[in-house]
Amino acid sequence: MSNETKPSVELRIPILKDMELVATNTADVIAKYMQLSEEESGEISMALIEATINAFEHSESQKDIFINFTISDDELTIKVIDQGKGFDSKGIQIPDIDSKLKKQERKRGWGVMLIKELMDSVDYESSNDGTTLTMTKKKKNEQDN
Amino acid sequence: MSKIISTEEQNKYVIVKTEGYFNKDLGELVISVVEEKVQEDKFHFILDLEQSKIVNSIGASILIEVIEILQDKDGTLSLCHMAPIIEKTFSIMGLTKYCNIFATLDEALAQ
Repeated sequence: MSNETKPSVELRIPILKDMELVATNTADVIAKYMQLSEEESGEISMALIEATINAFEHSESQKDIFINFTISDDELTIKVIDQGKGFDSKGIQIPDIDSKLKKQERKRGWGVMLIKELMDSVDYESSNDGTTLTMTKKKKNEQDN
Repeated sequence: MSKIISTEEQNKYVIVKTEGYFNKDLGELVISVVEEKVQEDKFHFILDLEQSKIVNSIGASILIEVIEILQDKDGTLSLCHMAPIIEKTFSIMGLTKYCNIFATLDEALAQ
């Protein structure tokens, strides 16, 4: 597969309630095709939920979100693309539950942390025209499991 | 659809069983039940997630508010029947430090 055009799946998702589950349903099918483990599949779905919600909420745009899945022998690459105003990923604070409890601090803000913990690599490219989040999940060898 | 499928009391515990995507809506339903039961001096809750296999961080964040409410009353929040990815998500967030985790409802009731 590596010397050929890699198969890909593209989704266009409107910013509507719970539409992130369209992306996870697609990811489930792809994970089965790639013979990923249940654990890997769950991690991809969770990261995808958070990435899609972030794109919905942070893009400050009503324009559709695009999600591209690119399949290769040893990894799945997912791009979540919004057409919002962009943001500075360096400004993201790492949340801490101890500081969120018992303070008037906002309880939310876990999405990026979860994505980074659940995926093997995460990268943001952001400009005034939107943000592209690229995340990959490497397929574990059976002997790794 | 996300919903609470039952709320029942057993011994000192209020058992809340959910179904579907544990999102903001379902989190808000759960915290409403907790607020209502706390008014009735019920401070120990078991959230049975057997029928909720997927969560998002907004729903999970509402559980932080539930923990805050219960800490004020020396109450407890126990979670059971968590799908592995939900348990992992809650662990990454640190939620599991402030909850009691059980494989089954019977184990949670026997704590």
